[in-house]
Amino acid sequence: MTMPHLKLVQLSRPTREPKRMIELTIDGRAVSVPEGSTILNACQALGIEVPTLCWLETLTPVNVCRVCVVEVEGARVLAPSCSREVEAGMKVKSRSERVDLTRKLVLEMLASSVDLSTSPGMAEMLAEYGAAPERFGECETVAQPVKVDNDLYVRDYAKCVLCYKCVEACGEDHQNTFAIAVAGRGFHAHISTEFAVDLPESACVYCGNCIAVCPTGALMSKREWELREAGQWDESKQTQTDTVCPFCGVGCTLTLHVQEGEIVKATSPLDNDITVGNLCVKGRFGWRHVQNGRTPSAS
Amino acid sequence: MEDTDVILLWGSNARNAHPIWFHHLLKGVRNGARLYVIDPRRTESAQWADVWLGNHVGSDIALSNTMAREIIHAGLHHKDFIANGCSGFDEYAASVESYTLERGETLTGVPAAVIRECAHAYAKADKAMICWTLGITEHHDAADNVLALINLALLTGHVGKWGSGCNPLRGQNNVQGGGDMGAIPNRLPGFQTMLDPAICERFEKHWGVALQPNEGLNLTQMIHAMAHKELTALFVIGENPAQSDADANHVRAALAGLDHLVVQEICMTKTAEMAHVLLPAAASWCESDGTVTNSERRVQRCRKAVDPPAGAKDELWIINEIGKRLGKELNVTDPETVWNEFRTVAPNFAGGMSYARLEEHHGLQWPCPDESHPGATFLHGRLWEQGDARGRAAPFTVVKHEGPVEMPDADFPFLLTTGRHLDAYNTGVQTAGFGSPLFRGETLDMSPEDASVYGIHEGDKVRVTSRRGSLTTIARVDRALRPGLVFMTLHYPDEAMTNVLTIDASDPKSGTAEFKACAVNVTLATSAIPAFR
Repeated sequence: MTMPHLKLVQLSRPTREPKRMIELTIDGRAVSVPEGSTILNACQALGIEVPTLCWLETLTPVNVCRVCVVEVEGARVLAPSCSREVEAGMKVKSRSERVDLTRKLVLEMLASSVDLSTSPGMAEMLAEYGAAPERFGECETVAQPVKVDNDLYVRDYAKCVLCYKCVEACGEDHQNTFAIAVAGRGFHAHISTEFAVDLPESACVYCGNCIAVCPTGALMSKREWELREAGQWDESKQTQTDTVCPFCGVGCTLTLHVQEGEIVKATSPLDNDITVGNLCVKGRFGWRHVQNGRTPSAS
Repeated sequence: MEDTDVILLWGSNARNAHPIWFHHLLKGVRNGARLYVIDPRRTESAQWADVWLGNHVGSDIALSNTMAREIIHAGLHHKDFIANGCSGFDEYAASVESYTLERGETLTGVPAAVIRECAHAYAKADKAMICWTLGITEHHDAADNVLALINLALLTGHVGKWGSGCNPLRGQNNVQGGGDMGAIPNRLPGFQTMLDPAICERFEKHWGVALQPNEGLNLTQMIHAMAHKELTALFVIGENPAQSDADANHVRAALAGLDHLVVQEICMTKTAEMAHVLLPAAASWCESDGTVTNSERRVQRCRKAVDPPAGAKDELWIINEIGKRLGKELNVTDPETVWNEFRTVAPNFAGGMSYARLEEHHGLQWPCPDESHPGATFLHGRLWEQGDARGRAAPFTVVKHEGPVEMPDADFPFLLTTGRHLDAYNTGVQTAGFGSPLFRGETLDMSPEDASVYGIHEGDKVRVTSRRGSLTTIARVDRALRPGLVFMTLHYPDEAMTNVLTIDASDPKSGTAEFKACAVNVTLATSAIPAFR
C-alpha cells in the first residue's frame, strides 16, 4: 500500500521562514541581525549595554520610559531602542551627548518624584548619567501611603514609575485577568483596580505575575515587605534554588529565595519555557505549608 | 498548544486547576485557535470558549460517539490515516451508528446543531487538540471516557504531529513520575509489564530477588480488601485517604480496622492521626533532591532549598532504614544513583536523561533513549509511517454510553459533582494556611433556579445528604450551574467532608472512583449562622 500524500502531513515543529539579515552599524561597529529585530536587540548582540525601565523580554514594548533612547543618524528625534526596528544601513549611536542628556533628565524627573530606594540598579544608573534629582528642589511627588489590603502582597505606589509592566503581565501578555489598568491623565496617571477598589474586591487572582515584572519594588510580596520594614531583608544572606512547584502537573520551575533557613520569596525564571516567569497563586504564595507549625514528633 | 487551530477542552477547568498551562492555551486562542469547552458547569475556563458545550454529567461518551458518527457521515474522517495507522474502524463505525445528532442531544443535553458544529470544526481543522482532566477520568467508566476521546483523535488523524494530539492534564506534580518509576500495581519501572516473564527475569537478575508475576491491587481495590480483612497492613506515603477517597466513612472504617498502619507524612493529616507508626518526612519538592515528571512527560529536577524540621527525615533515609528493619541493606545512597539505576533498567525510556542533561535542558521529555536524543515533544508520530516503522496499528475501541451509576431521583433530586478552587489543592493539607484572599471555604453551589424553587438563599446553612452520608455547609448561588446540578470541592474536609457523600463506584480498568457524580438531597439546616466569614 502506498500513500504518498500521507507524507505531506506536517509532523514536526514547522521551521520558521528564513529571515533576511539586516546590516547596520552601532557606535561604528557593524552588526547583522534578523529582520524585525529592534535596535535594542542589535545592541545586545554587540554586548552594548542600554538601560531600560519599561522594557522586558517577556512583555510587549510600551515605549513609555524613554530611558533606552538612542540616536539614529538622520532622524530628527531620538528613537526608543526597545521598539524601533532595525533598518538596513542604519547608523546608531548608543551613547552621545544628546542621548546622555535625555537619559539624565528622564532619570532626574523620575527620581525627583518617585521613591526609587528599592529599585535594583537605579543608584548605579543615576550615577552613570550624573543625574541630580535634587536640583528640582521641592517638587510634586507621587508620595502616598502603602496599600496593605491583603496577606499576600502590598502595593506601594510611591515607588511606581508607571512602566505599565504590571498592567501588561495582568493583561493580554500573560495572565489575562485585567484586574489593573492605568487611570487618570498626565502627572495624575496611576495604576488602579476597577473603581480603585481594594484588591480583595477586585478581579485580582493573586498570581503575583505583576510583582514578578515590577522594576522598582512598588509591588512586593507581603513577607518581603515585612522583612524590609523590620530591617531584616538581606539579599546577601539569601540563596536561590530552582525546584518544581508541587501543586499541579504543569511542572512550573519555582525559584525559592531562602534567607537563614526560611523561604522568603518564590519566583520563576523569565527564560523558562513553561512559566515565562509566571506562576499562579499557589506556586507564588502556597509554600507556607512547609514552614507553618510543622512540628512532627518523632516516633 | 500555541500553534493549534482547534482546542477541545473536555472536562477540565484548567483556568483554575492548571493556571500556567492555561496561559499557553490563551496564547493559542489569541493566535486564532477556536476553543470549545465541554463541561457541565460554565466554568472560568468555559468563559474563554468560542463555544461552551454544557453536557450532562457523565454523558461524555455519548457526546464523543455522536461527534464521531457525524464526522463519519459527513465524510470528514481521515480515511488515509485510518487505513494506514489504525485498526478496528469498521466495528467502531458500526458501534457509533445509533448515536444520531438527535439521540446525542437527548443523551447529552447539548443542542444537535452545536454538537455538529464542534464535530465539523474538530474534523476539518489542520491541527487540533483534545485536552482533558478529571471531568473525564473521575467516573466509573473513566477508561472508556478516555478511549472515546482517543477514538475521535484517531478518526481525524489529530495525533502524532505538531500542534495536534491528546493531552491529559495531570493533577499533581509527579503523578506521571510515580507511574514512570513503577509505583503502580501492574507495572515495573518504565511501564514494563510484570506479566512478561522475560522482563520479570531481567528485573529479578538486576535486583537479586524473586518477583511475584501478578498484578497488585489499585487504591480502590485495596480499600475493599481492607474492608474484607484481606489486607491488614498498610504503608501510606504522602497521601490522605481518610479524607481524599470517595465514600469517606467507609474508607475510615477500613483504615481503622487495619492491624498495622504506617504513615509517612510531612504534616499531621487525618490519616496520620490514625497511624500506628508515623514517619515524619521531608517535603520532597523543597527539602529533598530528586526528579519529578510533569504532564508533558518532562522529567525535571527538584532540589533541596531548605532543611526539613527537626525529626523529619529524607525519604531515601526512611527507605534505607525500613530495609534494614526488614533485614536487607538497600544502600540507596542518593537520588542521582537511584535515577541512574532507573536509566539502566529502563534504557529505552530514560537512558539519555543524565542529571547533567536534565540540568542543561531544564528537563527532558521521555522517551529519551540515549545521550544524543533531544527528548520527544510528542508521541505516536510513527502512526504516519509505513511498514515496520509504523509498528502496531492504533486500535479504535468500541465504547458505550452508560451515564453515572447513581442518578437523581425523588429522594435525592440533585446530582452532586466536584472540582477545584483556584487557590486550594486536594484536601487542603498544603493550602489551608497561606492566607489567600480568595479563600472562601466549602460551600454547596447551586443554580439560581434551584435556590429559588427550594427557598434557599446565599449564606444559608444547608444539609446535604446522600445514600452514604450527610453534612452541613453553606449555600452559594452560582450561575455557572444548571438546575439539578450542585457542586462542592474536596478542599476543606475539616469544615465539610464532601467525600462522605461521594460514591465508591469505581472504574474496573483504572480503579478511579466516580467523584464527579452522585445523587444528593439538599435541605435548609435549622440553625442559622452568619452569611459570610
